[in-house]
Amino acid sequence: MKTVFVTVGTTSFNELIVSLVTKEAIQALVDRGYTDLALQVGRGSFLPGPERCPGLKLEVFRFKDSISDYINKADLIISHAGAGSCLEALGAGKPLLVVVNDNLMDNHQLELAKQLHSDCHLLYCTCSTLTQTLKTMDLSVLKTFLPGQPQNFANFLNKVTGLI
Amino acid sequence: MLLLWSILAGISLVIIILLVRLYVVLGTGSECRPGKKGSVSMLVVAGSGGHTTEIIRLMGSLSQSYGPRHYVIADTDKMSEEKIRTFEVSKTSDSQSQFTIHRIPRSREVRQSWSSSVVSTLYALLYSVPLVFRLRPDMVLCNGPGTCVPLCAAGLLLGVLGLKRVLIIYVESICRVETLSMSGKILYHLADYFFVQWPSLKDKYPNTIYLGRVV
Repeated sequence: MKTVFVTVGTTSFNELIVSLVTKEAIQALVDRGYTDLALQVGRGSFLPGPERCPGLKLEVFRFKDSISDYINKADLIISHAGAGSCLEALGAGKPLLVVVNDNLMDNHQLELAKQLHSDCHLLYCTCSTLTQTLKTMDLSVLKTFLPGQPQNFANFLNKVTGLI
Repeated sequence: MLLLWSILAGISLVIIILLVRLYVVLGTGSECRPGKKGSVSMLVVAGSGGHTTEIIRLMGSLSQSYGPRHYVIADTDKMSEEKIRTFEVSKTSDSQSQFTIHRIPRSREVRQSWSSSVVSTLYALLYSVPLVFRLRPDMVLCNGPGTCVPLCAAGLLLGVLGLKRVLIIYVESICRVETLSMSGKILYHLADYFFVQWPSLKDKYPNTIYLGRVV
């Protein structure tokens, strides 16, 4: 079993779901050996049926209390550029493809996705380049995302407050 | 008429004195070492969503010398209280829990306009001042939800009035790579220690502290 998990967080991002369940994109996933596809569509209005995804076992839902099970199970995560989703996926050590919503260009959350992309922690595309990316992407170029070091913060505070 | 002028002159004088006091107080942050007495009481501003997750990561790194811990959340926030309780229960092994949770009106909802933000921030200030004056924390720790501006202002007011020097610690969210958040832009001038998590922000705002990613 090889699972792709797609998440749009609390937003709606129909265009991503539509681009993903095109014949060509689904075929690209099948060719890469993926067997299962889980779609978290949030407030989106488009919930594709299984006939759109030949060759993949499909699960579609809007929200769950926790998506960490899906993250942990996934072999590939395709996400909107939301900071929370990106950090959760990378924190779990999963290969991540971020699909940018062109309609939200001034969204400050893009800052983080762009930075993480330039540091080689995730792949980055738009809806119009999604199929091409799924065909040609090389997940082996991604570098591990090391967790932040809150201890450095604590050491600093201990010093400036005079605790040590 | 003379009376009116005297009142106006009086008010202006008070404002000038307070501003001078603020300027003096802001310069004394590095001398303020509340930890010398063995513990540091904290007011922790948890926002909502990602802000709360980040602040809990920071709190997790602090020793038990940081206490008591008073958390403040926006009254419209449902999730944060649960996250904080879960964290505090896992942190304290003994039953002696040293934390409280307080709610104040949210000063700025996401996508709220600027002008109405000002009004609701003033409204939140009405709640923040009595809360901060009652708790008198050694330190306010926050990371960017709108609620933190009135709470930091209340903390500074304690210092301006000579009642207590409260340290203001601001940690900009990891989401902020190129630009500071609204709260960050305001508190950059007021915080005693202002942390950023990306080098590009450190370049733009030289008075910040960069220790790598800390959440």
